[in-house]
Amino acid sequence: MDILDLTAVELSQKIKAKEITVVEATKAVLDQIDKKEESYNCYVTVDKEGALERAAKVQEKIDNGELSGPLAGVPVAIKDNMCTKGMLTTCSSKILSNFIPTFSSQAVINLEEAGAVIIGKTNMDEFAMGSTSETSYYGPTKNPWNTEHVPGGSSGGSAAAVAAKECYYALGSDTGGSIRQPAGYCGVVGLKPTYSTVSRYGLIAYGSSLDQIGPLCKDVTDCATILDVIASHDEKDSTSVERKDGKFTDALVNDVAGLKIGIPKDYFGEGLDSEVKEAVLAAAKVLEEKGAIVEEFDLSLVDYAIPAYYTIASAEASSNLERFDGIKYGYRTEEYEGLHNMYKKTRSEGFGPEVKRRIMLGSFVLSSGYYDAYYLKALKVKALIKKAFDDAFAKYDVILGPVAPTTAPKIGESLSDPIKMYLGDVYTISANLAGLPGICLPCGIDSKGLPIGLQLLGDCFKENNIIRAAYTYEQARGKITNKGLEA
Amino acid sequence: MAREYETVIGLEVHVELATKTKIFCGCSTAFGGAPNSHTCPVCTGMPGSLPVLNKQVVEYAVAVGLATNCKITQYCKFDRKNYFYPDNPQNYQISQLYLPICRDGKVEITTDEGTKFVGIHEIHMEEDAGKLVHDDWDDCSYVDYNRSGVPLIEIVSEPDMRSAKEVIAYLEKLRTTIQYLGASDCKLNEGSMRADVNISVREVGAKEFGTRTEMKNLNSFKAIARAIENERARQIDIIEEGGQVVQETRRWDDNKEYSYAMRSKEDAQDYRYFPEPDLVPVSISDEWIESIRSNQPEFKDEKKKRYMDEFGLPEYDADIITGSKKMADMFEEATAICGKPKKVSNWLMGETMRLLKDRDIEFEDVKFDAVNFSKLVNLADEGKVNNQVAKEVFEKVFDENIDPEEYVKANGLESNSDAGELKEVIQKIVDANPQSVEDYHNGKTKAIGFLVGQTMKEMKGKANPAMINQILTEILNG
Repeated sequence: MDILDLTAVELSQKIKAKEITVVEATKAVLDQIDKKEESYNCYVTVDKEGALERAAKVQEKIDNGELSGPLAGVPVAIKDNMCTKGMLTTCSSKILSNFIPTFSSQAVINLEEAGAVIIGKTNMDEFAMGSTSETSYYGPTKNPWNTEHVPGGSSGGSAAAVAAKECYYALGSDTGGSIRQPAGYCGVVGLKPTYSTVSRYGLIAYGSSLDQIGPLCKDVTDCATILDVIASHDEKDSTSVERKDGKFTDALVNDVAGLKIGIPKDYFGEGLDSEVKEAVLAAAKVLEEKGAIVEEFDLSLVDYAIPAYYTIASAEASSNLERFDGIKYGYRTEEYEGLHNMYKKTRSEGFGPEVKRRIMLGSFVLSSGYYDAYYLKALKVKALIKKAFDDAFAKYDVILGPVAPTTAPKIGESLSDPIKMYLGDVYTISANLAGLPGICLPCGIDSKGLPIGLQLLGDCFKENNIIRAAYTYEQARGKITNKGLEA
Repeated sequence: MAREYETVIGLEVHVELATKTKIFCGCSTAFGGAPNSHTCPVCTGMPGSLPVLNKQVVEYAVAVGLATNCKITQYCKFDRKNYFYPDNPQNYQISQLYLPICRDGKVEITTDEGTKFVGIHEIHMEEDAGKLVHDDWDDCSYVDYNRSGVPLIEIVSEPDMRSAKEVIAYLEKLRTTIQYLGASDCKLNEGSMRADVNISVREVGAKEFGTRTEMKNLNSFKAIARAIENERARQIDIIEEGGQVVQETRRWDDNKEYSYAMRSKEDAQDYRYFPEPDLVPVSISDEWIESIRSNQPEFKDEKKKRYMDEFGLPEYDADIITGSKKMADMFEEATAICGKPKKVSNWLMGETMRLLKDRDIEFEDVKFDAVNFSKLVNLADEGKVNNQVAKEVFEKVFDENIDPEEYVKANGLESNSDAGELKEVIQKIVDANPQSVEDYHNGKTKAIGFLVGQTMKEMKGKANPAMINQILTEILNG
């Protein structure tokens, strides 16, 4: 068996059993990157030398017993919006194209302490704004199932790197579906934890009240294992909480007997591709056969989620991105006359069109005279959506649906019509507005040969329910392989 | 007949809080320090950094709110104020707009026209910006983020003041109250207290307010008073000439005694305030408020009354001494050591005030301690040094905090109290000045002063004047 086919947890077991060394695993990943990067463009930065050095050090610590956890020695890729000390961190933007952080994000530190070997930084939509990973300053990432298609976004580089075996797992961030949707498009497993579970310290903010870091990996077991490591109460992040509800891996139980699963009718209406619909409902059937109680119900307010999301996320982004001004770090325009001209030219040249669109949208909804009509109203919608989910979770443990209306679109299809692209986020956005955890895993392949994503949402702080349902489904489903990649 | 005008004034006062660390990170707030030496990823706005609220800032803000009779907002939030400027590393300032920590307070002020209340509209917490240093030689600017993130409160008054005197009384009141709380040293000249003054005029009896202007760059009480008078006159001139006052921000130049427009309302920036998503709302419990309330010190007005009742100080003296927390502390400590409240008070009201004026400093800046101060009070009171020497020694205490007992000994400044030697000297002086003796006997009692002076001169100042007087009187009447 090719060692690249191992999951993260399987690899660490083999490392512990001294069947594979950390350096061998790291080299295998680096070789795969050498072979595949030209086709997929998953990475902005690959730190070959550093990775091999770290691998040797981790091996030493494993050998002398300092490291024994389930991620020790496993190579990982980090989305390029998380600060990594001494390693280029660009957010896939020209404006940060020369930015080397002085500190690492807490999630990265947690991984390093667990013995993870960081390979490099993955490509993404610029500042995590986009659903296709096409808005990167470093060019689009391509879907390893079919390079004519996008990998989804914004964590497209992370999802594609896992799908292409260019790492064993990756970290992504999810503001409106940016982990779950690319996981769906690339046929991997992606989990967005409850807001406040993983520290945001060191995550370069897009929409601060919505952003959450999470894993992209090969299976549900890896997902829960990684979440155990990256989740931590961090005093540097005021919105971080201490989870005292046990280990996420405790929920890896192959049993859904009595679990109540709700299927929102509103998620299966107009706009949903029929093959996606069929595969998702078939997955629900599988869980029902395993003993879950599956019911349809009405989840109201679905239509209002997208406008509310784009209002809130853009408003926060317009402010979060103000610090990129050419003064302190990052790109500065070459010629300018005076301060304001410097600001204007730096930001005009440094940001791409989608980022500019959202900065303008966000500045508009916050401006005096419009604040109440847009931003404040969006906050009210957010509160109502949270209420609708509270009501739903009073009845159900898990809400099941598709992760996106279609499988991965072709490259170039989405950016020409941003409204259509925004509408594609309809199933993922509510989880961010309500702070809910969500997991996406493959539930089939469509006639184009592209994977279909199943999304399971849980109540806040109830990752255990969705991990349990996802794990049970995954066991019943069997392997889904990317024949395109094998060829 | 000339129309009569009334000035309407409201203040926005920024006060730098005396916390050891910044409002949203652990960096030191110490003044000075090499540029950017008190900085970290948070206060330099590095990507990925996040703010964490310093609890002490909330405590100070609540303490000031309670002392100014405000309602405490028990569920309060921070908001972002967005504007681009290089001294502001994130290009937004974390401040409070929608739910400020304190609201609806009032303070009592007293002027020679009587006593009145000035309303406090709100008090909010916010972070200070860094400092730009312009290098004209290189034609470039540098930025120092040491001040970035230093905690501030902004105290916004109602437009309740009608004269410069009321404004000064209000500022004095805020300053002593905040100093008593230990929440800030409130130095206008160093910028730890800054006041922006909103001024309008209207005809006496008018119900509506006139159009206001906001005056900035006021670094002393005197500058504030001058700026108010000047702006009042400027606005009245405009109105008398049939013009209209423009709502604008003006900058006061105290050297030229003139203000100029900085920006008008039309150029006002849209700060796009919105709730700061990186901070959770602050929840202030009843218990927390009560514990802050129970730790409130004795404030100026109570203290002043007590000094009058307990120590018998005149109102004027008690008012001056309690006007500065540090001076009141000095008074109480020195009194506790030497047990002579009136003597201590006299030294504070007399020589101390004179030297403060002479050195152009405030009592907050003095270096001497109560131990040395009370030693000096005793030396003078017990006649161990004469008055003139005591003043000279006090100057040393004031400037260098020397031990006056040691200093007097080391420099041989004790009054000579050997009655025998003194008697001989006085006899000599009396013998040498028959005219003065005759004058004295003729009822010119002033002549005795001359003889005392001559004796002092002979003794090179080292004599106890009371004793000279006594012996001299004995000899002359003997």
